[in-house]
Amino acid sequence: MGNITAFLAMGGYARFVWPAYGLTLLVLTANVMLPLWRERALRRRLRRRHNQERA
Amino acid sequence: MYAWITKYASPRYAYNLACRLTPWFAWSAALLFIAGLYGGLVYAPPDYQQGDGFRIIYVHVPAAWMSLFTYMVMAGAGAAGLIWKTKVSDAVARNCAPLGAAFTFLALCTGSLWGKPMWGTYWVWDARLTSELILLFLYLGYMALQSAIEEKRTAARAGAVLALVGVVNIPIIHYSVIWWNTLHQGPTITLTGAPTMATSMLIPLLIMTLAYMCYFGAVLLVRVRVDILAQERNSTWVREVVAEAGG
Repeated sequence: MGNITAFLAMGGYARFVWPAYGLTLLVLTANVMLPLWRERALRRRLRRRHNQERA
Repeated sequence: MYAWITKYASPRYAYNLACRLTPWFAWSAALLFIAGLYGGLVYAPPDYQQGDGFRIIYVHVPAAWMSLFTYMVMAGAGAAGLIWKTKVSDAVARNCAPLGAAFTFLALCTGSLWGKPMWGTYWVWDARLTSELILLFLYLGYMALQSAIEEKRTAARAGAVLALVGVVNIPIIHYSVIWWNTLHQGPTITLTGAPTMATSMLIPLLIMTLAYMCYFGAVLLVRVRVDILAQERNSTWVREVVAEAGG
């Protein structure tokens, strides 16, 4: 437990180190998810149009 | 030469290549991130001056390097688009911009969070910070230009010119800490000299940089393939691709 507390405290720099890592995680994750969502929506739209044309 | 470019730059070929390459980059990035985070947060010893505060380096420096690297890729792809008029290079160029802006934003924010405990301020108008902020505006300006011009070819050409003019900012950012007396420290790692950093601190930094590179590759490939799919939505091959996926 003491080890984890010490790790999280970052030698007193916790309020600078963790926001830096947290923000990085947030921005990098968003940059992965946004194009993937756009791709899924685009494929769905194209497939629907494709099926309509065949029908 | 021209036949070679036409083959590799054909949207269909580029789409398939992007689909095949993405998992390699994505998995490499994931593994390197795990190794780099462990190395940076646990394995590397605290700095003798900055204590554990220096660990911000592992997210700050790779982001800053990638902000410059992404810009060079964007300008390079833009130039290729101007010269060979290939649609794929235009797609590469315009999809670099949001990623580059994200890296620049991260470099500025993590740098600011590092500056507060070490310099006593979140922000100073020194040469390094100001030129990096200009880089963010270059990316945002490029993105605004892309969305303002309806016709994709025209937008790509205008963007390429803007990106190429903005290249002058890259050496300014790089050499700012040498040319001007800045609060930002000088380069720790250079291509020519030995790094002024302990190996146990340096290795996680190099791993994190590789992780960012692979991450950039993976996200750019996904963005480019979505872009190609949208641009080519009326072509036969896209209909086939969409139909194959079923549903």
